[in-house]
Amino acid sequence: MSVLLKASRLCQRYTTGKKLFGKPSTVTAVDGIDLEIRAGEIVGVVGESGSGKSTLGRMLLGIEAPTDGEVLWQGALMPMPATPKWRALRRDMQLIFQDPLAALDRRMTIADQIAEPLEIHRLMPREQIGARVMELMEKVGLRADQADRYPLELSGGQRQRVVIARALAMSPKFLVCDEPVSALDVSIQAQVVNLLYDLQQDEDLTMVFISHDLKVVRNLCDRVVVMYLGRIVEEGSAEEIFARPLHPYTQALVSSVPQAGTGMTNRIVLQGEPPNPAARPSGCAFHPRCRFADAACKAKVPSLMRDNGRLAACLKLRTLPFQDEKQLTHA
Amino acid sequence: MSLVSIRDLKVSFDGVQVLHGIDLEIGEGEAVGLVGESGCGKSVTWLAALGLLPLKAAVSGSAKFAGQELVNAPRTTLETVRGGRIAMIFQDPSSSLNPVQRVGKQLIESIRLHRGLKGAAARVEAIRLMDLVGIPSASTRIDLYPHEFSGGQCQRIMIAMALAGEPDLLIADEPTTALDATIQAQILDLLARIREETGMAMVFISHDLGAVSAVCDRAAVMYAGRVVEQNGIRGLFESPRHPYTVGLFQAIPQLDGPRQRLVPIYGTVPDPRHLPTGCSFSPRCTSASDFCTSVQPGLVRQDDGCDLACFNPAAHAVVPAYGHSVKTTEYVR
Amino acid sequence: MLNHILIRLVRAFLTLMLVMTFAFLVLRLSGDPAIILLGPDAPQDAINAFRERWGLNDPLWKQYLAYIAQVLTLDFGVSMRDQVPALELVMSRIPATLAITVPALILKVAIGIPAGVYAALHRQSIADRGVITLSIFGFTVPSFVLGLILVLIFAVTLGWLPSGGQDSWRHAILPIATLSVGGIGIMARFSRSAMIEVLGQPYIRTAMAKGLSWRDVVWKHALPNAAVPIVTLLGFMVGSLIAGAAVVESIFSWPGVGRLIVTSVANRDLAVVQSLLLVIACSMIVANFLVDLAYGLLDPRLRSKRAAH
Repeated sequence: MSVLLKASRLCQRYTTGKKLFGKPSTVTAVDGIDLEIRAGEIVGVVGESGSGKSTLGRMLLGIEAPTDGEVLWQGALMPMPATPKWRALRRDMQLIFQDPLAALDRRMTIADQIAEPLEIHRLMPREQIGARVMELMEKVGLRADQADRYPLELSGGQRQRVVIARALAMSPKFLVCDEPVSALDVSIQAQVVNLLYDLQQDEDLTMVFISHDLKVVRNLCDRVVVMYLGRIVEEGSAEEIFARPLHPYTQALVSSVPQAGTGMTNRIVLQGEPPNPAARPSGCAFHPRCRFADAACKAKVPSLMRDNGRLAACLKLRTLPFQDEKQLTHA
Repeated sequence: MSLVSIRDLKVSFDGVQVLHGIDLEIGEGEAVGLVGESGCGKSVTWLAALGLLPLKAAVSGSAKFAGQELVNAPRTTLETVRGGRIAMIFQDPSSSLNPVQRVGKQLIESIRLHRGLKGAAARVEAIRLMDLVGIPSASTRIDLYPHEFSGGQCQRIMIAMALAGEPDLLIADEPTTALDATIQAQILDLLARIREETGMAMVFISHDLGAVSAVCDRAAVMYAGRVVEQNGIRGLFESPRHPYTVGLFQAIPQLDGPRQRLVPIYGTVPDPRHLPTGCSFSPRCTSASDFCTSVQPGLVRQDDGCDLACFNPAAHAVVPAYGHSVKTTEYVR
Repeated sequence: MLNHILIRLVRAFLTLMLVMTFAFLVLRLSGDPAIILLGPDAPQDAINAFRERWGLNDPLWKQYLAYIAQVLTLDFGVSMRDQVPALELVMSRIPATLAITVPALILKVAIGIPAGVYAALHRQSIADRGVITLSIFGFTVPSFVLGLILVLIFAVTLGWLPSGGQDSWRHAILPIATLSVGGIGIMARFSRSAMIEVLGQPYIRTAMAKGLSWRDVVWKHALPNAAVPIVTLLGFMVGSLIAGAAVVESIFSWPGVGRLIVTSVANRDLAVVQSLLLVIACSMIVANFLVDLAYGLLDPRLRSKRAAH
């Protein structure tokens, strides 16, 4: 598969608290990420709040310019936001995020909202737009009689379908979904996840799926990237990462998922606070919460290393006690 | 005798009925899960029992705590039960604490109210409670404001505040939903530990079946303002009977095993203003008959101790235990 | 914190400069003070002499620089009409204005806030509807209409109170009443919505679930939170203590700052108008600063945000 998008040494730093005198303080949200996304794959990005996963998503889309590093889209450098070249690229890449109501205009019918990008980009003659809207609505599972409804008259799942239809209107190549199903109930969540999967297959989409829900990521994505405080700590196929997580953080994350019908046994419960980008620990950012950390972890930042075909950023990788599958997933 | 006994509890807002007669028993020291999707009435049940709903809500039926009626009880009765006998924690810990008051002051307020401790003694007790729920360096952080704590720590403080009244029952309303995965695990751990130490009963309201199974002895599944199934955790998870329960289990993606297509429940939750006739789940149910669409099934005790409101339930163990459902199809790639 | 105060001082200074520049330009471009003060029939010699004396023949930029230099040495000029130092003239009028605006402010707070809070706590009740209706009446009826109605009723028809002047405390009653009605309405409306907003917050539910009495929930948890938005409005009202009574002072011939504004603008008495604007701008800036301090006291979140800067 060809590489559609390539990010190298991607960094994002935000300046907070400007002072009249003295240095402004900066918060590093994303800290040196290398990532290749191949055409036609679904890449899952998982991590807790503060891990920088949404910031990474926006930089991959070019909505936010990185402080450092670069994003190559089909081999060419991503243009700066709001330039004409950048605008032309918008057709190819779309973003879907958690709250569909915030993404929709409450005073416009859903058919008008789906038609809007087609009208703006003048992709087709006016008289064909109506038919295209109907086609899109059918594709995402909305009924034709819902065309004249307003967002507030729809359920959460239906609203997310509208957002998806609008994103698909221009036949994009690349879709970033930032927690698209987190606000939905379980039974509806499954509907939308299946829809995204089917669309990805039918439309030949490449997708980045950002989520804190490991179970959804496990069943939707080909490849998974685990982030902690702005860095990738582990990367691998969904199959491998969830069956045999290597990094101590991934292990804890996988183990923290409550499994129905199993009780509280055999869980790795991480102590300490969730990562705070404003107070980043030295060395390996995970070391204060890590069961295996020692003085070396406090001093040295581990880089993403390949070992036995797996990628992980941990100094203790070779000496870690082997985690067998049963213990971690309590199957 | 049971600690809480709810009988035919009904609630309506501006004439729209959202709770259609709930029956529920909570025994002393028991942990009961209340499961269902948003709008099913799982939180409303307890807010109604404690008189915490807005004035426009009309509540009828009965909710007895240790024999004492709570529904439409005088304010003073409710105020002695709240916090002292039944404590409650909520979904969004950061906004559930008063933002302009130090956490210590909020804790001490509960301690003084229910235990009569004052001054230095109350402060010592507040620090002890903060220690108990795992707030590091409690003696110095007691004078901080809620925004100076993370979401997980705010939930710990909420739990400490709930414990201040030494309640017989803790109602935890989606206590981990707003928290990150590793922090969720911490809070579940804490709740299980505290229950072990104090022996208090707990009602755990959640849409997360995994979390419910981790901390509860028994669970009730709710749909559109009714309890549709109730059973011990083991029975419920190994052999769910109501088609909605079955669907709910199948809809949860698996973390282990092969990559699978998810199994949704088709359709959406009905609008409480326009409930379907008969069983509310019938329009989404794959095993519904004509009878189901005209008659509302009641919650009936089965031979195996399971309570069930369904005319066409799944047969015992025909639906295999959660985790190995037959309907899943592997992605072919 | 020191940084914060420093930034505010710089900003206040810039605001004042902007106000002074604006006043200078508008006044110079809107008519010749010589003709307005001396009358259109005045002899050309007198007009020329007047212009010479006040520097009105210099080019505009020269006048402006001279004026700024003057202001920076804290010299605010002399009234062209009364020949007294302009700032002194303005200052001498302030006590009279405060004599009616301060009691009015006290009424706004003492009646408006409790009425709004009571309405919020008893939503949909008759009292609530009454408060809403009265407050709408209060802030929709313009003060010149209300003032005249009050004069008609209490001075002309009933003869209980004087219709104008400043001889005794009885003269102040009608101006104070006219001034306070609108503010009471706004305050009640604002307090009501602030309180309703707070009562819907999760921490109020927490306070109730704790077993606190309703009284304690309101006094200890709801009111301290509702105070934050109310203080914003209060700050605005404090800021207009000096300048906010122009209409009422004119109606009741009350010799305060407001009337001075009206007459000095009409006379193009440049130095006086400029001094007035400076004093008014200063009072606004001080009020804003006080609001800021109050926010810090009321809301710890803002306090730590500031400390971080």
